[in-house]
Amino acid sequence: MAASSEDGTARWQYLNHIRKTKGPFNPPTDDEDVTPEMLDTLGKSTILVIGAGGLGCEILKNLALSGFKNIHVIDMDTIDISNLNRQFLFRKSDVGKSKAEVAAAFVERRVQGVKITPHNCRIQDFDEDFYMQFQMVVCGLDSIEARRWMNATLVNMVDEENPDSLKPMIDGGTEGFKGQTRVVFPTMTPCIECQLDLYAPRAAVPLCTLATIPRQPEHCIEWAHIIAWEQEKPFPSLDKDDPEHITWLYQKALSRAEEFKIPGVTYSLTQGVVKNIIPAIASTNAIIAASCCNEALKIATSAAPALGFEDNYMSYHGDEAIYTNTFKYEKKEDCAVCGSLSKPLEVDPRWTLQELVDSLATNASAQLKKPSIRTDSKTLYMRFPQSLEEKTRPNLEKTLREGLGLEEKQEIAVTDPAFPALSFKFFLRFT
Amino acid sequence: MLKIWSMKKEQQKKDNDEAAAGGKKKKVTAAQLRVQKGTNSALSPDLNELSLGSTMTTEFPDPDNILEFILTITPDEGQYTGGKFTFSFNMSPSYPHEPPKVRCQQKIYHPNIDLEGKVCLNILREDWKPVLNLNAVIVGLQFLFLEPNASDPLNKEAADDLRQSRDNFRRNVKNSMAGGSIRGVQYDRVLLK
Repeated sequence: MAASSEDGTARWQYLNHIRKTKGPFNPPTDDEDVTPEMLDTLGKSTILVIGAGGLGCEILKNLALSGFKNIHVIDMDTIDISNLNRQFLFRKSDVGKSKAEVAAAFVERRVQGVKITPHNCRIQDFDEDFYMQFQMVVCGLDSIEARRWMNATLVNMVDEENPDSLKPMIDGGTEGFKGQTRVVFPTMTPCIECQLDLYAPRAAVPLCTLATIPRQPEHCIEWAHIIAWEQEKPFPSLDKDDPEHITWLYQKALSRAEEFKIPGVTYSLTQGVVKNIIPAIASTNAIIAASCCNEALKIATSAAPALGFEDNYMSYHGDEAIYTNTFKYEKKEDCAVCGSLSKPLEVDPRWTLQELVDSLATNASAQLKKPSIRTDSKTLYMRFPQSLEEKTRPNLEKTLREGLGLEEKQEIAVTDPAFPALSFKFFLRFT
Repeated sequence: MLKIWSMKKEQQKKDNDEAAAGGKKKKVTAAQLRVQKGTNSALSPDLNELSLGSTMTTEFPDPDNILEFILTITPDEGQYTGGKFTFSFNMSPSYPHEPPKVRCQQKIYHPNIDLEGKVCLNILREDWKPVLNLNAVIVGLQFLFLEPNASDPLNKEAADDLRQSRDNFRRNVKNSMAGGSIRGVQYDRVLLK
């Protein structure tokens, strides 16, 4: 690489120094110097960032400044005025515009030579062919549902015959002063679904407390939100972003608080409780995004050991003191996503479902004697409960392709009372 | 790039793992799988009627959607004996991170169920954990009919009645189940016969 300020080489001077320096942890360069071509591979990889919000802004900036040159970003949201205190790629004049587009344009402007492709849509709008183009996925999300979807998609994409199908997933998350970074090598290390139990469910107050003995301003607001709204239905459906709706809840909560002599109900508290707003802390986002991008760089360059195969979870606590702990989370054998991967099942499309059921009992790799079978959208046959058994029994007489409309490569999930904790996934291969 | 693939092959060799090929389409979602698994598991028999006993049945309005069903409870013990109560169950794609949404479909006189059908059961709200299953919720609902609980009231009047006089409460339950009204509130008739 020629040194010149024109192509921004000076910018990479320190990064290249780290990458060129031999250390005990960079095995791929054991016996040779890092060549310019090898340094170049970083810029040739394509990386996907999911989310262009609090974490996403930091992640995009960090990746661009770490030498990644082809970045895609997906975010379905538009910029809200309340984002501006921490989502530093956005300005007041950007309010209402797509987060992905504005963030991409901003970073492209500031970091020479980086190409950021924005996608102003949901992650679910893309299929596996789209995700196949990336070498790595970095998630800066605030939704568990989106994480679970992305995780399941990446686990499902792993194809034994295609080394490029395995995409490392780096997942950052923050809540107030706490945060976490996780690295998942789909099918190899514990996935997001394996770790689902770690998410603390949203703290909730017993319904009866709300209904009878509120003690805190939040109780009055939740009462207005859950009980009063449904009794009176002032508007057809609750829109948490409509000031008129929030005002209605606020007034209700206020009069209830007066009745019980509870101080502290305000409009902004009402908004916060109803929308479940957890204050986002800019420094937490910065720390977690830095950690995510650090892992991305280490995986992409092998410059140092990354999270993943040994320790795979870094938790950060900044609320009472500053503390981080990195540990190894174990893979769950009965994980609904990565516990059993789809195996091919050879079937004759002219078989009836009954014949498929019979074959599962004799098939050496299955041996399921009392199977219940579903596809993603159709209950083919369920043995329990009785009402479902009766409704799905007629399917047993139908043929797989003509009668039930099953397709080649369709995934089916099979459960059996003999293996209560397990589920088996197969994809059909027509003979 | 880290040599992930060769590490995977090594791991598989060590674990004697069978190869799974990719390229499948229309995958089953995790929420569905958890519910399906629950239907025939001996340890957590969510929907298995054999273990639900004779007082409860489930009905799936759309058999292809196992995330929605109706549970019918016909208590054979306690003050609500002779009644038939139905509850709608609704699992979101976030299940089991989020608890199932459960509503009583009749307007009934019960200290822990309000007039809109909302149920005060700890594991449906503040004490839900992803390790819990539908069976735990169903057992909890059954228990509410055996032992209505005056200390967690949603229907405050009913709870006060229960606390002050069990006999009076029992009369009110009988009256309400037959479609009578109590303090100006008309309840749904839920008697089996």
